Amino acid sequence: MIKENLGIRKSDVINRRMFIIGVAKIVVFAGIVARLFSLQINENKKYLTLSDKNRIREWKLPPTRGNIVDYFGNIIAGNLKVYQLHIIPEQVENLNYLLVRLKTLLNLSDKKIQKIVKLKNKLKPWDSIIVSENLSWSQFLKVNNYLYDLVGVKPVMTISRNYPFSEMYTHVLGYVSQPNEEEILENEIVKERFVPGMKIGKLGLEKTLENELIGTNAIQRYEVNAYGKRINQLEYQKGLQGNKIRLTLDTEVQKLSAQLLSNKAGSISVMDIYTGDIIAMYSSPSYDPNLFLFGISQDEWQLIRNNPLKPLINKTLSGLYSPGSTIKPIVALSALENNIINKNFKVKCTGKTELYGQTFHCWKEKGHGFVSLKNAMKQSCDTYFYEIARLLGVDRLNVTAKKFGLGEKVLGEYFDNEKKGLFPNTNWKKNNLGKGWVLGETLITGIGQGYTQTTPLQLCLMTAQIANGGYKIKPKIIVNDDPLSLEDAKKSMEFQSLQKPNTRLFNNPKNIKIVQEAMFSSTNEQFGTSYRSRIDDPKYQFAGKTGTAQVKRISKRERELDLELEQIPYKDRDHALYVAYGPYKNPRYALSIIVEHGGSGSKAAAPMAKELFKLIIDRDELRDQQSNFENINI
Amino acid sequence: MLQHDSLNSELSFFQKVKEIDYTLLICIIILSIISLLVMYSTDGGEILYHTKSHFSKLAVFFPMMIVIAFLNIRHWHTFAYVFYLLIILLLLYVSLFGLKASGSQRWMDLYLFVLQPSELMKIGIILCLAKYYHRIKIENVNTLTSIILVLTIITIPIIFVISQPDLGTSVLIALSGLIILWLGGVRVKYFVYSFITFLISLPFIISFLKPYQKLRILTFLDPDRDPLGAGYQIIQSKIAIGSGGLDGKGFLKGTQSYLDFLPEKHTDFIFTLFSEEFGFIGSVGLLILYTIIILRIIRIGAISRSNFSKLFCFGFAFSIFIYIFVNLSMVLGLLPIVGSPLPIMSYGGSSMLATMIGFGIVLSAKINHKQTIA
Repeated sequence: MIKENLGIRKSDVINRRMFIIGVAKIVVFAGIVARLFSLQINENKKYLTLSDKNRIREWKLPPTRGNIVDYFGNIIAGNLKVYQLHIIPEQVENLNYLLVRLKTLLNLSDKKIQKIVKLKNKLKPWDSIIVSENLSWSQFLKVNNYLYDLVGVKPVMTISRNYPFSEMYTHVLGYVSQPNEEEILENEIVKERFVPGMKIGKLGLEKTLENELIGTNAIQRYEVNAYGKRINQLEYQKGLQGNKIRLTLDTEVQKLSAQLLSNKAGSISVMDIYTGDIIAMYSSPSYDPNLFLFGISQDEWQLIRNNPLKPLINKTLSGLYSPGSTIKPIVALSALENNIINKNFKVKCTGKTELYGQTFHCWKEKGHGFVSLKNAMKQSCDTYFYEIARLLGVDRLNVTAKKFGLGEKVLGEYFDNEKKGLFPNTNWKKNNLGKGWVLGETLITGIGQGYTQTTPLQLCLMTAQIANGGYKIKPKIIVNDDPLSLEDAKKSMEFQSLQKPNTRLFNNPKNIKIVQEAMFSSTNEQFGTSYRSRIDDPKYQFAGKTGTAQVKRISKRERELDLELEQIPYKDRDHALYVAYGPYKNPRYALSIIVEHGGSGSKAAAPMAKELFKLIIDRDELRDQQSNFENINI
Repeated sequence: MLQHDSLNSELSFFQKVKEIDYTLLICIIILSIISLLVMYSTDGGEILYHTKSHFSKLAVFFPMMIVIAFLNIRHWHTFAYVFYLLIILLLLYVSLFGLKASGSQRWMDLYLFVLQPSELMKIGIILCLAKYYHRIKIENVNTLTSIILVLTIITIPIIFVISQPDLGTSVLIALSGLIILWLGGVRVKYFVYSFITFLISLPFIISFLKPYQKLRILTFLDPDRDPLGAGYQIIQSKIAIGSGGLDGKGFLKGTQSYLDFLPEKHTDFIFTLFSEEFGFIGSVGLLILYTIIILRIIRIGAISRSNFSKLFCFGFAFSIFIYIFVNLSMVLGLLPIVGSPLPIMSYGGSSMLATMIGFGIVLSAKINHKQTIA
């Protein structure tokens, strides 16, 4: 019984102690439940996000660039379906075998194979390697036929940039190509949207408007496992195509410009004198931007680079030329505005002028005799302009020239290769060359030689601003959201000149008129330098000024020889220039033409204006109908 | 005396069937079914290796539990020391000839399945100490010899298990042993003193830990220290549980496990998968199921007349509780990662074998609860 008693006592101890533990258990389980609650209820969102982050991986696809269209809605930079071949490394069973097969199928070079192997080691196993960016249809078919044997290969249809007018717009649009590392890091948006195979603008508007054109990535969301292997596609989010850009350019005029300048080096610019719309801007020769899309071959590149006519230079914006006689309207205007001369001021031209023992020749050896302003402009008498330049002085001339846009960028924000050019004055020479200005330099500046350097587009703008009555306009190449009609543009131009006096480029409107009349006579009156290129129909009639810019000093001997163009080496031939506006009665368009080493402006450049004005003015009405953006179906 | 004898006499088969604790039995069955479903989910919704293997283990061990239930608990009392010694021998065998896997040597190949004797020791230590405290006079419980003896009983297997190395299991064995000491009546102050000693010597113990064990503790303190390395398991586990939310992602829809983000999802982290798919409601439900099981076992202990049954039931209930506590705390990021399976749920034959033996003995204790053991 004692044993029993002890046993009972012992079981009491056990029961009591069990009770203590029981309480502890309840506390502990309550703690676990609390923890579960905090994880699953309180922090559920956080962990759900983390779980999705774990399992969902996004693949970005290259964005589709926005189209660029001309004024009439024709696509000049569009997108085309291309066939590509990708390798997904994680799916490849035997890379060496695959590469050998692909090499024979697609005629890949050893270099390309090495590149692929290198890329494979650099990329993550689920990133695709682009083997071939632009397969022909037959190659694409071939690959598809052998697909069973090419494990890990993915034929892909994708979108690539395309320039349907090939070389027509190269200098305006530039081109797109694979970005290098620096270019990716430079631009935040490119950095964010970059995926292998994406191309960015390398030049021209494609480059400057990159952020507008680029578009957003399409996104594929895949569920992946812990090893990164794709399990299934959850979502496909379409990307937004980049913005459409509508240019002021007219493809027909652009085409004619290209045709006129074919086999020549030069540039044609056409501008609306009220709205500032650039209607054509062509630099010749050009090259095909489509060549750059998938990497240009070395041979093709050398061919472009070594072309003596320098297709890589955008002559309209970066070509610097002496304006030659095309500067004369500005010289005349400056002299009139400064009251140095009046309409009737006459100078006797004997064929040359002596100054401090130096001889300055007029282009006409025998001289023009007594010439008035109008006749001097008509026949481009150099002596007359030597004289009024001398009277005017370079500093006052500089002020007028600057007003009309010389020495300043025309489209600065859009083209980083645009040049400022130069219009000299005494200060400039002192500061830059460290020497005092010499009067003789004023004389040659008066006929557009010497230090003066202008771009073709500057000359076009200068002419446009003379044509519109002397009002400053802002040239543009991109159509804004709200394009102005002709009437509104005229009104706003005049209104603006009242608001901001510096947009009125003259003191006396009569002076502009005098210069305009002089330019008219140059084209439309007998003995005018461009008389042969005139159009008598008042609908097309235009006024202009020729220019012939020397590229080297003419020696005495050469002057005596008076060689024909063909007898002079190409490099030494003069540049032919022509600036004009029309129709004369009711002006609307201005243009500038430069033919490098083309000889005289009246022979080489002015005839082109005739062709151009016919087309431009014929398309005038069409253009006005298109001013509303909504009318255009892109 | 007559009555006493009749109480100790063998019950007939039908009496035994009548005496079975059906609540406990049903809970075990439910738990087994849940464990099968979860295993099916870990296999990605297919009946693959783990599901088949888990099923076959249940198919063997569950009947075994019933058989044990029908054996008189007296026999376990009789053979408790032998059982303990046998497992010690197995541990010795394993430490000499055992199978190695991932740096530790704790298994022996029995052809049918791979046995981990340290798991059996979780039951063995309870049986052994329950018998000891059943037999010892209460006055002698706190004598020096007694204390030294029981500590030796606990220490011997622990030395084997630690040297395997397997910190988790050895801690669980130690706790199971200590709880019997506590229930047996060892003075509270001894526990307090040794707990203080333990705290003081903790830095020394840590210095003896293997580098990977130290890493686990560091990782526990700050899982984001090395999110792709040591902290990966616990971070992914918390993500899985946390993303389960109130009602879970749905059966077979746990993305974390389905996409292989969960480590050890079949074994130690099985609760993570369960919790991801069934959410807070499911997790609490599972916890309630375990609580019912534990309470039933405690109740059986409480109604048992023999102290051996009492000690075993209480000890076993406590160790199940400890397994659950350690496992859940681990996957919930409340404790460092120590290998510790969730009873019945986790894949693994030895753990299930030990647990089923335990349940069998408890059921037997219920059937024979009126019986005293001399």
